[in-house]
Amino acid sequence: MTETSEGYTTADGRQIGGVLMEMKNITLRFGGVTAIKDISFDIREGEIRAIIGPNGAGKSSMLNVISGFYHPQEGEVWFHGSKRPAMKPYQVAQQGIARTFQNIALFEGMSVLNNVMTGRLTHMTTNMAQQAMWWGKAEREEVENREIVEKIIDFLEIQHIRKTPVSRLPYGLKKRVELARALAAEPKLLLLDEPMAGMNVEEKEDMSRFILDVNDEFGTTIALIEHDMGVVMDLSDRVVVMDYGKKIGDGTPDEVRNNQDVIDAYLGVAHD
Amino acid sequence: MPDQLLYAIEVTLNGLMAGVLYSLVALGFVLIFKASGIFNYAQGVMALFSAMTLVGIMDGQVPFSHLINAIFGTDIHHFGWHVPAIVAILLTAVVMTAFAWAVNQVIFKHLVNQEPIILFMATIGLAYFLEGFGDLMWGSDIKSLDVGLPQGGSFWIEENTAWLGGEGFYGFFIDQLDMVATVVAVILVAVLVAFSQYTKQGRALRAVADDHQAALSVGISLSYIWVLVWSIAGFVALVAGIMWGTKSGVQFSLSLIALKALPVLMLGGFTSIPGAIVGGLIVGVGEKLFEFLVGPMIGGATENWFAYVLALIFLVFRPQGLFGERIIERV
Repeated sequence: MTETSEGYTTADGRQIGGVLMEMKNITLRFGGVTAIKDISFDIREGEIRAIIGPNGAGKSSMLNVISGFYHPQEGEVWFHGSKRPAMKPYQVAQQGIARTFQNIALFEGMSVLNNVMTGRLTHMTTNMAQQAMWWGKAEREEVENREIVEKIIDFLEIQHIRKTPVSRLPYGLKKRVELARALAAEPKLLLLDEPMAGMNVEEKEDMSRFILDVNDEFGTTIALIEHDMGVVMDLSDRVVVMDYGKKIGDGTPDEVRNNQDVIDAYLGVAHD
Repeated sequence: MPDQLLYAIEVTLNGLMAGVLYSLVALGFVLIFKASGIFNYAQGVMALFSAMTLVGIMDGQVPFSHLINAIFGTDIHHFGWHVPAIVAILLTAVVMTAFAWAVNQVIFKHLVNQEPIILFMATIGLAYFLEGFGDLMWGSDIKSLDVGLPQGGSFWIEENTAWLGGEGFYGFFIDQLDMVATVVAVILVAVLVAFSQYTKQGRALRAVADDHQAALSVGISLSYIWVLVWSIAGFVALVAGIMWGTKSGVQFSLSLIALKALPVLMLGGFTSIPGAIVGGLIVGVGEKLFEFLVGPMIGGATENWFAYVLALIFLVFRPQGLFGERIIERV
């Protein structure tokens, strides 16, 4: 693989574009604890980028920095070629970065359809008066967005539970609904926080297929955190490896797999 | 029909309509509590303040006239104009929206992620501030409010129901204001439900009520929703203020109706809009019927405590209220 500023071609022949997001020397501290220590990496347009590492490595913190839930003390976040000022999470979402959560954050009281519809909020521009009248533009907007949502619901094969309140769904389906909601935003960058945590083998296979299909069909750039090494190596184009808040590896799955630091971090080192 | 039964029916009807007013106040509490987890002690004072503002605008009062006169030695009290009720109501709604915005900017924006008890204490502070601010702005004298709503018993109903009973029965006595209040409350609730179910802002509001973190991740500004919900609560307070103010004058005791909303909330559940309505009706009917049936035996004055005792019983046997979300803690 040869990387240039324009991009690179993956092993399976997909063309990856230029840099979409770049993290420059990010350091994040909570009081005396340094969760992330001077980490830099980039995410390129159209690729599936994984962040892996043992428990407590700072992966989720990194995702929270990208999505604006945490603000790093040092370092810069660049998105679409410009430096991003400190933003609130909702502003980041409005910029086109959607995410899912490790512990699933859905609107439990609402139906699947309504949950996915909330993903469209950033695309709906009618104001309060128009909405209150439910008239002309507001109605058209609702219908148009509903169509997009229905497409995504079909795509992720959750038509049969459209009207079901989310609180009644099993875990695996909830994860899929959360993905649907994030996709509904038509994000430029999709962040997945352990999309396969707590799933059985079958569910994991389904989820992997959906992630690949999303990337393939919509060309969505995806950054994901995952524990299951097998899954990560199959899915991702490039991998960042973190350990104790530091970056210890970055490259294709094959490169990372043969990296001695990574092997040490995962299997432990004999101290003699 | 025996007259005693007819009186009981009349008492029930009156109780239902009194209950509607309790429901209106409770509704304001539920809206804010659902969306932000804040138990807004100031809801009653908001009703008082909005009623005072409405009277002030209608009568063309100069706001802060006491203050202005004291500082500049002037003697101005009125602009000398009268504003039509409907315009004044709209202007008051604007004032309540501005109030909602200010409350969020000055107080709650800085208290994000604080303990519920701290938020509650902040609303107590807000209640006393707003009470004083209202007095300073519009004066503390008792004002009468007349936005043109009909008052007094409905003769039509009396005449057309008199035949039901015997000689001593003159027909049901039902206050026209109560009837108007009921119609207005029904419309208000229908509009609120339609708003939350069918509009984009309503969907965002429900999303925030459900999960803050998830709401942020789909691009909803919490501040915006909180201002929105406080504005709506302010408007609900205004409607309650108009009804109570018309009934018994705009005065300090108006803010105490908030205390009547507490048992309503315990009955209906703090997070349920239908709960606020049904809870209000139960309290209204319950206290009137209890006074009518049991009152004479134990010396009367049961209306003062009935609602609270009922709430207490509910707290023991069904702490989440009739419609509230059941709290299940995982061990």
